[in-house]
Amino acid sequence: MRARPSDYELVIPHTLPAVLSLLAQEPGVWLPIAGGTDVMVQYAAGKLDRRKLVSIWNLPELRRIDVFAAEIQIGAGCTYTDLSEHEVVNREFTLLSRAARWTGGIANQNRGTIGGNIVNASPAADSLPALLVYEAELLLVSARGERRVPYTEFHIDYRKTQIAPDELIRAICLKRRFPEYYAHARKVGARNAQAIAKVCLAALGRLADGVVEDIRLAMGSVAPVPLRLTGTERIVKGNRIDSWLVQLARTTATAEVQPIDDIRSSARYRAAVAGNLVAEYLEQLERCRNET
Amino acid sequence: MSESSQDARCEIAFTVNGQLATVRAYAMERLLDVLRHELGLTGTKEGCGEGECGSCSVLMDGSLVNSCLIPVLQASGANIVTIEGLASDGHLAVLQQTFLEYGGAQCGICTPGMILAAVHLLTKKPCPTLEEIREGLSGNLCRCTGYMQIIEAVAEAGRHGAAT
Repeated sequence: MRARPSDYELVIPHTLPAVLSLLAQEPGVWLPIAGGTDVMVQYAAGKLDRRKLVSIWNLPELRRIDVFAAEIQIGAGCTYTDLSEHEVVNREFTLLSRAARWTGGIANQNRGTIGGNIVNASPAADSLPALLVYEAELLLVSARGERRVPYTEFHIDYRKTQIAPDELIRAICLKRRFPEYYAHARKVGARNAQAIAKVCLAALGRLADGVVEDIRLAMGSVAPVPLRLTGTERIVKGNRIDSWLVQLARTTATAEVQPIDDIRSSARYRAAVAGNLVAEYLEQLERCRNET
Repeated sequence: MSESSQDARCEIAFTVNGQLATVRAYAMERLLDVLRHELGLTGTKEGCGEGECGSCSVLMDGSLVNSCLIPVLQASGANIVTIEGLASDGHLAVLQQTFLEYGGAQCGICTPGMILAAVHLLTKKPCPTLEEIREGLSGNLCRCTGYMQIIEAVAEAGRHGAAT
């Protein structure tokens, strides 16, 4: 059933401290809304439980990207368009800028925010595997202060995260140390725009003397949370890529994911594709060594 | 819509197609509904109502948005352009003309959103490639044309300098 607008309250405090003070006064009562690309969908469908909303759209404190020598800090209110048009994100964090261009269509990229995507915590979100392999850190802010949380530990279970009811994500921090890595992203879905992935992969790897020195693999739509494939990484790391290792990585990844049957795909298909995507990445990583 | 005894509606002002508009609305009303029902601008269509189809696309402060996903209070003070704002003095905008010439419109439901997405694209990329046109319009679904006529209409508008 459609929602009745008269049942809902929305306020726009215009500064971050004012938003945090409101969240602190009544924790869990106020739902932050940024570009509305998730919240308004639930609202329109009459499925939004909370009746009080606080707008954080376009808060200047959240809509900036700060570039430091060692890391960049992406404000949680930055849109996908902000990300895909940013020079440093495009040059050094290609997995993120590519995922930004795969998310929704242009109108959703103009309104959907990276922070909103993280707290919405969909296991199918395109950009979250990229944040896992870059080992992002989140700056969580509340009236009580600020804390830094490793993104790899942020998602606890299906749509459950470490964020407290009075907290917002202020920024996403990415270390600038991946220039030597071979980055690869793949989305398997009905189409890139406006389609949620059946499976998506973000991968980073680096070879030294023909041996895999470092590898990071993360996938969406294959588990209750965006999943880092640490078991598969362990199998691959420190070894040379040959057909035997590719096959072992494929079977390990297929077993490591925990997909479900749903409207978009089946668990069996997803597990097979997960294995194939890992194999495809390793073959590319090996090929790029031979080409350089 | 139900009538409540305590009216929580507030006055919200924004610019639509160059004219200042002031409406009394609930903060969470969708911009789409306010445009259509309060302001009578029914050129903006509702398709899916969940940001998937692009029929309700409008420009807000120069940015392409789905008006079904905007609580009207967030549009306070904004500059909004709908399909009604494109023609001037009885003359169609270049994109409207090329959509006519190339058969870019059939049933017409997607057309206002398509044209606004194309306006947004040509503002950013005045002479887009076919690939860039496909990407720029990828959030707008059409069930009639098969897209080719739309893409050709946008390419032709680019050649005519529609962005200027």
